[in-house]
Amino acid sequence: MSPRHLISPLDFSVEELDRLMDLASDMKSNPGKYAHVCDDKRIATLFYEPSTRTRLSFEAAMMNLGGKVLGFSSADNSSAAKGESVADTVRVVSCYADIVAMRHPKEGAALVASMKSLVPVINAGDGGHQHPTQTLTDLLTIRSLKGGFNGLTYGLCGDLKFGRTVHSLIEALSRYENVRFVLISPEELRIPSYIREELKTKGIPFEEVVRLDESTMKDLDILYMTRVQKERFFNEEDYLRMKDFYILDKEKMKVAPAKMLILHPLPRVNEIAVEVDEDPRAAYFAQAHYGVYIRMALIYTLLGIGGEG
Amino acid sequence: MAGKYDSALSIGALEEGFVLDHIKAGNAMTIYRDLKLGKLDCTVAIIKNASSDKMGRKDIIKVACPIDYLDLDVLGYIDHNITVNVIKDNKIIEKKRLALPKRIVNVIRCKNPRCITSIEQGLDHIFYLADEKSELYRCLYCDTRYSGKK
Repeated sequence: MSPRHLISPLDFSVEELDRLMDLASDMKSNPGKYAHVCDDKRIATLFYEPSTRTRLSFEAAMMNLGGKVLGFSSADNSSAAKGESVADTVRVVSCYADIVAMRHPKEGAALVASMKSLVPVINAGDGGHQHPTQTLTDLLTIRSLKGGFNGLTYGLCGDLKFGRTVHSLIEALSRYENVRFVLISPEELRIPSYIREELKTKGIPFEEVVRLDESTMKDLDILYMTRVQKERFFNEEDYLRMKDFYILDKEKMKVAPAKMLILHPLPRVNEIAVEVDEDPRAAYFAQAHYGVYIRMALIYTLLGIGGEG
Repeated sequence: MAGKYDSALSIGALEEGFVLDHIKAGNAMTIYRDLKLGKLDCTVAIIKNASSDKMGRKDIIKVACPIDYLDLDVLGYIDHNITVNVIKDNKIIEKKRLALPKRIVNVIRCKNPRCITSIEQGLDHIFYLADEKSELYRCLYCDTRYSGKK
């Protein structure tokens, strides 16, 4: 039987996601119960571009389950530097590990890996395209702190063009009822047309605005901030012009709704001032913590340990 | 003046093979190339600018080989309004209806420089039909829409 992979956040149905999040919550509450379920398993983390949070959280997740970790953290340290294809690398690595987590700067790289791999492949980010485990992290955070997804208004702010976390999150949230989006970005970094078309096709209300002010924030339940990513620009001048377009600081938080949670996939640069960290609505460090538990649940599920896979 | 010569031109009857009719005038050579008809070891006749009640002018391609050699998906992608007549013993035995294929493989290439197809060797270029109504195709790997002219 061919292994099951996670390439896009839509690879799991809403019901499967619910089960995954239930499992993650149980792992958070009862870590001892799962401390040895992967004692004889290995994860290969194939990271062709730098990452701190995602790679370490995959590794921490596997260690929390009792498993072992191997892999590389940049393309320079792998055979990619010698010109080896993704397909060949994953064919070989799937002989050494039970599951693979891959980050690659090219869009669709994880899909190519999944076509050739003998073991489950998890897309840990493919260029500006998809980042499904960040989406699972975001969903678990929202469900844990807001109690669910239906009927909420989600503000997404910053680089909506290249921000893969935003693309994946919109697709995933679009499957819930009565959701609404406020898309906040500079003109140059607007959401890609295919996502706009999908929202229109599904009849999901959304508005696109440029300013992050009181009137934009007044109805938001979630404000999801993103970093303008230097590595996505071909031209440094464009990056410099865009990088400090939005800065969420104490002054802005004074006019934000009391119920509005702030999320951020991290790392942040200047878009959220450090002074906001103490605000009880700042949930981005809790979000990083939830990321470990959802990755534990994902590894456990894709390995078929609980009888699913 | 072209009409003056229409009746004078005749192409031999086809005993067995297929005829692609109602090709938009001027597109026959593109279809010849995309279907790789030049690689077939059989007779291929291209008729350009034939008179048509329905279209005014049209192109026609006659091929004297079994229909199995024809990639209907590629043809459906190029123009699903083309009529495919299957000929046996000098008679039309079947008219095939073309549809937009759900996916097309190695016909068009992704132009997104960030797509894995831009660097990975030996990878099929696959596009899927994202929206039938607008005939929109997207790259399977990066979801970039195909913006080239069909």
